[in-house]
Amino acid sequence: MDLDALTGCLASSACLVTQTTSGFIIGMLLFLVAVGLTLIFGVLKVVNFTHGAFYMFGAYFAMTAYQVTGSFALAMFCGAAGTAILGLVFERVFMSRVYGSDVLMQLLVCYAFVLIFDDVVRLIWGPEFKSMGMPTAFQVPPLFIVGGVVPPYYLLLIGVALAVAAFLGVGLARTKIGKVIRAAAHNPGMVSALGINTGLIYGGVFALGGMLAGLAGALAAPVRSLTPGMGFSVLIESFIVTVIGGMGSILGALIGALLIGLIRSFGSLGFPLFTDGLMYLFMVIVLVARPTGLFGKEVA
Amino acid sequence: MTELQAERAGQRAAESLGVPRVEARSKRLRYLDVLIAVAAFAVLATLPFLFSSKALLDFVIRCSAFGLFATSLNLLVGYTGMISFGHGMFFGLGAYGFGLIMQRTGVPIPVAFIGTLLITTIVSAVIGAICVRLKEIYFAFVTLAFQMLIHSLILSWASLTGGDQGLRGGIPRPVFLGVDLSNHMHLYIVSCALLVIGLLLMRQIAQSPFGYTLRMIRDNASRASFVGIDVWRAKLTIFVLAALFASTGGIIMCLFVSGAYPEFAYWTISGEGIFINMLGGVTTFLGPMAGTVLLLILNDTVTRLTDYYGIVLGIVILFFAIGLRKGLMDFAVEWYEQRRDGAKESAR
Repeated sequence: MDLDALTGCLASSACLVTQTTSGFIIGMLLFLVAVGLTLIFGVLKVVNFTHGAFYMFGAYFAMTAYQVTGSFALAMFCGAAGTAILGLVFERVFMSRVYGSDVLMQLLVCYAFVLIFDDVVRLIWGPEFKSMGMPTAFQVPPLFIVGGVVPPYYLLLIGVALAVAAFLGVGLARTKIGKVIRAAAHNPGMVSALGINTGLIYGGVFALGGMLAGLAGALAAPVRSLTPGMGFSVLIESFIVTVIGGMGSILGALIGALLIGLIRSFGSLGFPLFTDGLMYLFMVIVLVARPTGLFGKEVA
Repeated sequence: MTELQAERAGQRAAESLGVPRVEARSKRLRYLDVLIAVAAFAVLATLPFLFSSKALLDFVIRCSAFGLFATSLNLLVGYTGMISFGHGMFFGLGAYGFGLIMQRTGVPIPVAFIGTLLITTIVSAVIGAICVRLKEIYFAFVTLAFQMLIHSLILSWASLTGGDQGLRGGIPRPVFLGVDLSNHMHLYIVSCALLVIGLLLMRQIAQSPFGYTLRMIRDNASRASFVGIDVWRAKLTIFVLAALFASTGGIIMCLFVSGAYPEFAYWTISGEGIFINMLGGVTTFLGPMAGTVLLLILNDTVTRLTDYYGIVLGIVILFFAIGLRKGLMDFAVEWYEQRRDGAKESAR
């Protein structure tokens, strides 16, 4: 425990800015993964344990695309589109078979694919740590905001995540497709009776969720190291985020992700060894006070 | 025949014969359980005289540790419908608690054993009191969070637990009443005894009126509370009881590897426990035991044959989840019933 470092940091504006930005980066990446998770749960009522694997695939796809083409934009696109296709195929071929059965069966199918996907990545890209490297466009000196160091790439990351949040929020609340998705979440039988292909909606939502996780992985590729199994800690953290924010709530995912990001970045100063523990502790406290999460609705 | 069907058949018999017969019958079944347990222990105890392979004994010891753990998880998952994703924390707690008491105090082994169970009782009662009122998926997540909390406590409290290195330096095993646990043979017999006694006790719990209360809570918790059952208390009781057996599994593991490692308290242990239950089947009492043996055999052979353990294990899981849609024991029981019914049909 190192409380002096924590109070020292809280007293200096430079350190405050640096830690807050790094907290935001962690939070925004987590948000992209968690919002996919929460969408899939909200509509399909499935807890997608393979979500971390989509994050991992997004990162690896982006790295390969970047190495082949040298274009950062194309790398991001490949990361997102590749995982979207993967998500669609996974949902239609495997997950759709276990919707009727109990939660344990769904968890088991996901568990199987977590094992398979990790090994597939090991088979294709090898078991060692990989790094994509910072794209040349972002190899510029960092910005200084009230004395704190902020790399420009971080601003892009935060911008993309906020844009996704706004896009999803407006898309679900205001568009026709958004209405259909919300209706399907509420009563799939009725929606299907009205002549709407619910299978397509399920597949689409799963693909969208997978795509967001893949995008998060692609965005994280320049700043994190790539390894098989890298999705796992992200998965656990984004679970915590969705549970804190409330399963099925997009705003909850955003707030939860930012809280976890800040806990991680400031916690690593004050409690370097117990950072993970702080997260779990926070989750326990939230759940004991509000069992459905901060923004969750009462489950029937 | 699954237990519920057995129970229904029993009730039908009771209606035609009058109630006292049922009590006699259930008493007889209880003696049968004890008889089976004694027979199983006798078979396990003679194994070393028939085969002189140390690997086989190691395998049985590991089966005892994981079997107790998985069967106790089934008391929660299969009997009460509480899907705990943090049951592994009690496995880790057992291993660390026992290892630390032995290393720090040097008390006789039975004292350390009881001390560990006491610690587990207190910890599981506190965690259970917080968790058991939560519904399904939230219960799963909060137990998972507690599991990870304990795991990160073990990692960060390095002065006590040795951090990520685990509890090293061996576990002292003073001889107690002629039982010397540093002797491989003695350890084997003690593990088997713990396994058989543990399974027998859990069987008694499952078949007791309390066990049937649990099944009622699983099937319809609000109806159970309408007929006057304190659901919260029943759930908490089984949570603590299951934790005690999981902790015993951890103690066996601690003695077997002569140490305790953070992986014992990691969430993957809980995940494996759930997986074992699904593999073996949750509707029969011995399903998790069958799952344990199957998974350990699978583990040992696949890791020897290929580096890509995950792909093979994943495909096997998919076969069970999407192909069979039930565990091995469920499948075997149904197959047996079909055959028996078929034989009856043709006999007519």
